[in-house]
Amino acid sequence: MSIDMSQFYQVFFDEAQEHLGNLEQLLLDIDLHDPDPEDLNAIFRAAHSIKGSAGTFGFQDLAEVTHVMETLLDRVRKNEIRLTEDMVDAFLESGDVLKNLLAAHQGQAVADRETAAALCRRMEALLEHPLEGAGAAPEAELPTHPFVEVCFLPASELSANDALRANLLADIGRLGAVSLLEPRQATADAPWRLRVDPAIDRVELKSILEFIAVSGSIEFGDALPAVAAVEGADFGFFEPESPRDVPNDTSWGLFEADIPPTTPADASGAVTVESADASFGFFTDVPPVARDMAASPVAGELDKPDSVPAADKVAPITTAARAAKPSASAASGDRSSIRVSVDKVDQMINLVGELVITQAMLTAAAEKVDPVIFERLLNGLAQLERNTRDLQESVMSIRMMPISVVFTRFPRVVRDLSQKLGKSVELKMIGESTELDKGLIERITDPLTHLVRNSLDHGIELPEARLDAGKSPTGTITLKAYHQSGNIVIEVGDDGGGLRRDRILAKAKERGLPVSDSMTDQDVWQLIFEPGFSTADQVTEVSGRGVGMDVVKRNITAMGGRVEIESMTGIGTRITVRLPLTLAILDGMSVGVGSETYILPLNHVVESLQPLAGQIRTISGTERVIQVRGEYLPVVALHELFNCAGAEHDFERGIMVVLEADGAKSALFVDALLGQHQVVIKNLEANFRRVPGISGATIMGDGRVALILDAASLINMRRGLQQLAA
Amino acid sequence: MLQSNPTTAVRNDPVPAEAGAQEFLTFALGVEEYAIDILKVQEIRGYDVVTTIANTPAFIKGVINLRGVIVPIVDMRIKFNLGKVEYNEFTVVIILNVSGRVVGMVVDSVSDVITLESEQIKEAPQFSGTSGTDYITGIGTLADRMLILIDIERLMLSRDMGLADERVLQ
Repeated sequence: MSIDMSQFYQVFFDEAQEHLGNLEQLLLDIDLHDPDPEDLNAIFRAAHSIKGSAGTFGFQDLAEVTHVMETLLDRVRKNEIRLTEDMVDAFLESGDVLKNLLAAHQGQAVADRETAAALCRRMEALLEHPLEGAGAAPEAELPTHPFVEVCFLPASELSANDALRANLLADIGRLGAVSLLEPRQATADAPWRLRVDPAIDRVELKSILEFIAVSGSIEFGDALPAVAAVEGADFGFFEPESPRDVPNDTSWGLFEADIPPTTPADASGAVTVESADASFGFFTDVPPVARDMAASPVAGELDKPDSVPAADKVAPITTAARAAKPSASAASGDRSSIRVSVDKVDQMINLVGELVITQAMLTAAAEKVDPVIFERLLNGLAQLERNTRDLQESVMSIRMMPISVVFTRFPRVVRDLSQKLGKSVELKMIGESTELDKGLIERITDPLTHLVRNSLDHGIELPEARLDAGKSPTGTITLKAYHQSGNIVIEVGDDGGGLRRDRILAKAKERGLPVSDSMTDQDVWQLIFEPGFSTADQVTEVSGRGVGMDVVKRNITAMGGRVEIESMTGIGTRITVRLPLTLAILDGMSVGVGSETYILPLNHVVESLQPLAGQIRTISGTERVIQVRGEYLPVVALHELFNCAGAEHDFERGIMVVLEADGAKSALFVDALLGQHQVVIKNLEANFRRVPGISGATIMGDGRVALILDAASLINMRRGLQQLAA
Repeated sequence: MLQSNPTTAVRNDPVPAEAGAQEFLTFALGVEEYAIDILKVQEIRGYDVVTTIANTPAFIKGVINLRGVIVPIVDMRIKFNLGKVEYNEFTVVIILNVSGRVVGMVVDSVSDVITLESEQIKEAPQFSGTSGTDYITGIGTLADRMLILIDIERLMLSRDMGLADERVLQ
């Protein structure tokens, strides 16, 4: 078997991440006093899946941790042990350990094997529960059930390699019970004898064996009855993955695996310790005779719909199992999806961007032709425009992911942190299905985590303080996401003590920042984004070092977003993050100044108007303001800012565009409004550098480059215009 | 300051070092003839309309759309105060690819591609720090022509060209 396993590693990593996320989610939701058996099963399945594939890919450390976890979970779901808070903690921690190990295998972290070993010991200790004395992994025993013998000659690499043997057994183990009779040692070229469940799907089994057996050497024996009766030992039950044509009358379904001594722990784990669904726990106490009558062939994994019909034929004793099944299969769902690397998607987005530009060029070129003669051409172009737009939208939507991907980590963060700080906090999440670009999701995670931790640490008070303030002892942190005019808005709110204006101002003065007591609240709150600014009384593990809020702001600004803070003493704080939906496309308004065309981001444009004489006044001779609806707005003349030649200087003959950015408004004077476009944002810095007042570039319909104006920095540039001109 | 050893500029040359031969693209600026490593050249094209960028030095003409990529264009004639600056159908732009960045360079004319043996390359004389002379790696002699060899990568990414952000220039 000379398949290069490493090519599948990424798939394994992705899947394991998913399972871990799922696991954590379920653990956090579980009700300790009355755990839903379905949830326990789902947790078990997640751990089991990780173990199975970790074993297959040879990640022993992962398999070991999941193995212990699975053993403990198995007893819990069979109601042999009561689920305790300790266990949930241990499971959550093992989730972390597994994440660490996974990251280590991906070369992103250093594996913390000591913690992993300590955790395994802790879970093993939890296993030693007074209710049940027997060990989890039964010793190898004689087969006690009907079996079929399969013989084949293995290819030479297989016989000599323990890990491959283990993998193979694990693979077959998914189909049904299996035990290896010969060879017990890794010896080359000896024929193999396997003992398998007669109910096994022979076609599937054969297809597995054909990979590793010398062709034509596979022989199936006849079904044989059980060799020996069973004494009172506890059985590991087997989970065939797809027990398709299970013969109802002859099969027993209960199987004891025989572990070859050389098989590594992980693979044998996959073969032995698995047990079917919780209801099969009944059987443990049933004497062997009763088992003969009651045993069913259904030992199928719950999420395999194939096993449902089989379950229906089973005697009444398995009703519990049957009841659980439909919901399980529904939960696993048939979401059909493919994994595609982000690079491929991005390449596609780029190409579609080019297509949009080409289409716009064609449309621009066709404007000059005679619409009567070229009717068909123009119709075709109109069709093309619609299609490219649709194509662009659907391609962009590939990158869109629900924000729940980020939100799901917060229940854990809040739980751990509130325990550590002795606070009681409830987390509310609203709008988890709001979608945004995957690139943004990745980059928003850390800033949001920081904001949530901050709210918990600084915002929410201790329960006693809350009671004194006449509030409920349990604080609430609200995470809310929604779309608003082409932006995604994420709010992190708490009902804690609010920001302390006096403390922030005092701290700012101490640090020598230019502040005054008459500053507006809005300006005072922005101070917490200054580097090294922390008003926390003491540095805690959680926060207070003053690094963070400035990084949060910088990261969000770098994404083209904004942060706003609202706070009221005693009532709470709400931090609002506004981000563009995507980084690649922008709704813009094109304006002409002299011979140049610039693009204004439409979300910053409030209105545009043709100024009348007398509407524009000067202040101290140089500054100009325009009165719009009772407001005096500073005037920014783009041609002065950018020294454009041939631009209109007479205000009455141009257009004023009212811009709003960072809560400030300005009137931008341009020659003319040219149109409205969706433009593909091109990075100017890839081959050039940052230019003040410019956020990027795009390619217009005629193939020329147009620069995209940065509204916020234009408004600020006006202030520095004098220096700039000098 | 000056690169005393001209072979540092030819590190990317596929020709084995012991052969000592290296290919250069030569171009004219006024009466002077320059030579740059051919491997840094991506393509040569005519001068097209540029989009000007506000508040940049005069030698930065602006940016163009090169098949979907935004490429800045610099006019070396303005930068080096050489030649007559006019733009017509004969104006040539050399598109360079230096350290993964694409930059267009306007010159008077492109002459030819030549091969210089190491013995044809003489060390450049010391100048008293005039702008533009820092990047001269040597003087090439070919028949009666004198070619000024420049390290175009270092020149384009230098601070006084202002073609990249500070962090890139580190």
